[in-house]
Amino acid sequence: MVDPVFIGVAVLTVGSAIISLESRELIYGAIALAISMMGIAGFFLLLDSPFVAMFQIAVYVGAVAVLVIFTVMLVRTQALFTTKEDKGRKSAGVILMLIFMASIGAIFIISGLNSQTFGNPKAPAVDFTSIGQQMLTYYSPALIALALTLAGAVIGALALARREEEIEQKND
Amino acid sequence: MTELIYYVLISVVLVAIGIYGLVVKRNAVRMLFALEIIANAANLNLIAFSRNLSNSQGQVFALFSIAIAAAEVAVGLGIIIIAYRLFKEIDVEEFKSMRG
Repeated sequence: MVDPVFIGVAVLTVGSAIISLESRELIYGAIALAISMMGIAGFFLLLDSPFVAMFQIAVYVGAVAVLVIFTVMLVRTQALFTTKEDKGRKSAGVILMLIFMASIGAIFIISGLNSQTFGNPKAPAVDFTSIGQQMLTYYSPALIALALTLAGAVIGALALARREEEIEQKND
Repeated sequence: MTELIYYVLISVVLVAIGIYGLVVKRNAVRMLFALEIIANAANLNLIAFSRNLSNSQGQVFALFSIAIAAAEVAVGLGIIIIAYRLFKEIDVEEFKSMRG
């Protein structure tokens, strides 16, 4: 039995994912991507993991969507209307998507995942104190590496986005 | 309570949409959107399996994955901005040379 809330969130997520790729203006695509990320956070809430859902909303809707919208605003508007994709490539992409969806979906449906023997959806939900414990004990080296990676990525992004005089001169 | 297979199927649909975006779209920002959709489908799988196995490691991995995806978006948008500054275009077919 499928939950009606699940169906609603699924339609919201998949629909806004399609809109984010197909909308005519890039800024609407960015907003649709944020809505799709909200839908994923809704799935996380349905799966009894509110901590990850809040993290998802804070990172994706709070940071990534705003970053994307700022970038879209920085890029000149005319460059956003590049509709140079030809019909053949588009239909080939749709066919590839459908083949992928059908084949992988069929594999999952006929696999043992469908039977009730795998896992237990009625098992008690994971308490998020255990997430914190695991992060600070067993996964603490991974947490430190993640922090260093984030710092490196932010410094790299700043170095990339810095204005360089020679590039400006080359373009003039 | 929705069964695990429905979450996995939604995840397959999202990955297929992301692959379609990566194959068809020539706009660099839209390709980044497609990458984000694929990354989110992976996170959805992690959380769904973590719920069904009643194991917190899936959630820990999803948290790491979300943070890495945020770093990836920051670097990707930086690259797009500098490519736009060089080529005055965000169409990936115009990025013929990636020299400075």
